[in-house]
Order: sequence, then structure tokens, then C-alpha cells
Amino acid sequence: MLTLEGCSYRYAGAAGASLHDVSLTLRDGEVLGVVGRSEAGKSTLCLVASGLAPRTLGGTLGGRVLIDGADTAGRAMHEMASEVAIGFQNPGTQLSGVATTVYEEVAFGPMNLGISRDEVLRRTDASIDALAIRALSQRDPERISGGQQQLVAIAGLLALAPRHVILDEPTAQLDPAGTRLVSDAIERLAAGGASILIVEQKVDLLAGICHRVLAVDEGRITLEGAAAAVLGDPTLHALGVAEPSAVRLRRLGSEAGLSEQAIEGALALATSRVNDA
Amino acid sequence: MPELNLEGLVYVYREGGVRAVDGVDLRIAAGERLAIIGQNGSGKSTLVRHLNGLLRPTDGRVLVDGVDATRMTVAQLAHEVGLVFQDPDRQIFAGSVLAEVEYGPRNLGLRGRELRSAVETALAAVGLEPEARTNPYDLGASRRKLLALASVLAMGTAVLVLDEPTTGQDERGVERVRAVIGDAHTAGRTVIAISHDMRFVAEGFERIVVMRAGRIVLDGSPEQVFRQDSWSTLESTFLEPSLPAVIGERLGLGSTPTDASLIQALARTSA
Repeated sequence: MLTLEGCSYRYAGAAGASLHDVSLTLRDGEVLGVVGRSEAGKSTLCLVASGLAPRTLGGTLGGRVLIDGADTAGRAMHEMASEVAIGFQNPGTQLSGVATTVYEEVAFGPMNLGISRDEVLRRTDASIDALAIRALSQRDPERISGGQQQLVAIAGLLALAPRHVILDEPTAQLDPAGTRLVSDAIERLAAGGASILIVEQKVDLLAGICHRVLAVDEGRITLEGAAAAVLGDPTLHALGVAEPSAVRLRRLGSEAGLSEQAIEGALALATSRVNDA
Repeated sequence: MPELNLEGLVYVYREGGVRAVDGVDLRIAAGERLAIIGQNGSGKSTLVRHLNGLLRPTDGRVLVDGVDATRMTVAQLAHEVGLVFQDPDRQIFAGSVLAEVEYGPRNLGLRGRELRSAVETALAAVGLEPEARTNPYDLGASRRKLLALASVLAMGTAVLVLDEPTTGQDERGVERVRAVIGDAHTAGRTVIAISHDMRFVAEGFERIVVMRAGRIVLDGSPEQVFRQDSWSTLESTFLEPSLPAVIGERLGLGSTPTDASLIQALARTSA
């Protein structure tokens, strides 16, 4: 369980805070989605929850970040990293830059955990298969496409078998099938008891996998609740967040004077497979 | 305005010998809005990097208005084709937003009022006028991406190539990108975009090309590419038809690739 209590954060050299009095609890086995317009504070929230802010980034943190109820203030970054894994928006930031093959890249994290060689290989293989990147395993991670790099970065995170995972737009560059592989991997991680905080612009993805969703605006949490309720909230549009496909079709249908029955009948024909995309 | 013509284009990356583009013939008319879709690693980015001479074909040719691109200088091509990268950080280098956007048109020879006007128009198009003095690295990732778009827009090239322009954009950012494409189209410019956003491509482009393993497997209007008999081909390149396309086909309403076309078809049947 990861808890933020009244967290505010100001970047080093910034005039004001980017995050104001944010409190949230990420329960074990829970997938918590975060939505909001660009520069609303979503990535900052990820950095604070992961411990990188302020440990690596400097700046000033107010409030507390707790793991299983214990304050993490005194913990060094490597101690935080063993509890909380973070996946960045840009896979270029994530890749180690030292691995010469995709396989080594995925193995890089677990190799640094001090676990047995067999366990490293087992986790590496399992992560590579989970994201269907076996065909890339001998390629240079610097010389594969942007979307492929994103899958490799996420495989590297999975191989750490983290208890808490923070994901900042993990599917931004992915095709629909890659997006599905990532959402399946997230659901499996959560089913295994890990807690996941995921920032995404793809609201259909969040609608498919999240238990709860938060909306962030100007560094504050403005909405919080069950995924369907928050993602269907009419005020979300004004915050610059896209509507899920089904919500948009309902709105457009009713604006065009279609009966609720006709719209719901049409939506029922769309399988969840497509809804998730 | 130039016509682009790819003839038997092949590109093999020296490292690993990967045939990223494996025999593509594609003619793109002046003023066309063309979207390229396909799974990650299907060769989309490699293909478009030939259009501004960033890559030279291993085999085949790229013709810009009938002239082989390899016979054109970088400067000549830069007048014709502007390419916006997927990752803005590969593109941005200047110390201020203004300097970044000025760089391209200045290199094309624009000066004085002409230069100022090109820069101001481009910044306004992406909503970055208030940030002219800002260091690009003080902008968030989504606005850096809009900055990269503005710096290519300012060059006023006849062809605009956008590699995943909506990635990481919120709803407002996506609207800005749509508007930029619409304005470029109205001005008669050719727009070529790579995207994984099926709604974005179905709503904003007349023609969609689908790539798989370095080849073109579908080429047509959104109605053609998203209709039911294309679904298995889409699936083979890890894509899925849009939600309205699926509903339209299942209701027997024909090909309805956009929300608007589905709602229209539903309204007709219930009337």
C-alpha cells in the first residue's frame, strides 16, 4: 500500500508548487487511473509517488509518502526503488543505455536486485513473452521503433516484480495490440497483489482496467471515485480530458435526438475487445 | 505543389539487416491528406524519413514532382517537405521557443517582416505565443511536441509529414493538431501523418494506408479501410477498427468509420 498524505511539491528553482495538498491511497491489487490536461501535475504526481522527487530531482516536498503505513522520508532512492517502480512517458528516458540487446535491457533491472541468475532469466523470459517482444530480443534497444522501445521499457519494469508500479502514459506510442498487451500485463500484476498508478490520455484503456480514477487539475485532485463515474463525469471534458468512446457516442446520439434505447442497443453490439482499444 | 511518388522503395537497416521498408509503391497527390497506420515496427517512420531525404533508399526511388530525391540537395528538399519527429527532443535544440521556431524559416532565407510573420503564425497555430521567450525544456512534453510542430509549420513547406502528432496530447492538444492539419489542407498543402489513433485518422484523412512488415497491405478511404472485409487484414497488423465502425457493421448499416457517420446512419434507420 502506497499513501500520499497532503503532498505538495515545488521543483527546484520554480516560483510555485506544481502539486498542492494531494492525498491518495493506492491499495494492494488496485489499479488507480489518473487523468487531466497536459501540465496539470500528473507527471509530478508520478515523480513524488515514486520517490524521485525530491530525492533525485531536488525541489521541496511537503506532506508525507508512506509505504504500508511507514513514512519513507528517511529512505534513500535505492531503497524506494526496491518498493516502487516507475515507467516514464518517454522510453528513451527509461532505457539503461548500457545494454546492447533487448534481452540484456530487460534483464538489467533484476540483475541489480541481487537475486539468483536462474531467477533473473526466468523473470526476463516471462516479461519478454508477456509483451510479445521475443522477436526483438537480440536487437539493439537503441535501434528499434519508438513503440517497440516502449514495450521493452515496460518489460524491464515487469521483470523487477515490483509491489508498486507508477506508469506515466505507458502506451502513448503503442498500436492497439501493444496497448492491449500492456493493459493485460497491468491486470495480471494487480491480480498478483501489486498496486498500480497509471496516468493515461487513452481513457478507453482506463475505463477497461481501473478500479478508481482521479482527475488532476492545476496540481490538485478535483475528482475521485469509481472509474465509470469519474470517466463519465460531464465536467471532465472542461478539464481537457477526452470522453471514453462509449460516453461520446451516448452524448452525440442524444444530441442527434436518438432514443436511449437505440444508443444502448448499438453500444451493446460493440464487444469489450473493441472497447478496450 | 509537388506530387510525391515512391517507386519500389526498399530500405534495409545496415545493423541487423532488417528490411524495414520492403517494396513500397505509393503515389501521393499534391494536397492530399494521407494517414499511415500499422503496428509498431511496421516501417512507417522509416518510410516517411525518405520523404525529406533523411534516409536514402537501399533500392527503388523517391520522386518529388518527378525529380529523384537523391539528386536534390538537402536545402532543395527542405523547401518542399517538412518532417516533425515522433520524439520532439530529437528535434529541439535552441535556447528559446522563438529561436527554435525561427531556425527553419531563417535557413530557408526568410528575413525581417516575412520571418516574423511566419514565426508568429506558427506559434499561434499551436498556442505557444505566450511562451516565445521560454526555454523549450521548461515546457512539458506535450507542449515541446507542439513546439516541434510549430518549427516545421513555420517553414511553410508544401508537404507536411507528422510522425504520431497526437501522442501525449490532451483533448485540447489533439484539437490543435486537427486544426493545424485542416488549415494546411485548406492552404493546399499535402499532409502525411503516422498515427495509432483510429478515431483521429478516420475523422481527419481522406486516405489511409496500412502497413505490415514494410509493405502496404491496405490503401483506401476510411470507409474502405475500416469496413468489415478489411478487419482481418487490420488485425494482422495489430490494428482494430474504430468503435463506430464495429457497431455500424454489426447493425448492417455499412461502413461507418466515424462517430458522425454512425450517428447519421442510426438516425436514418430510426426515422
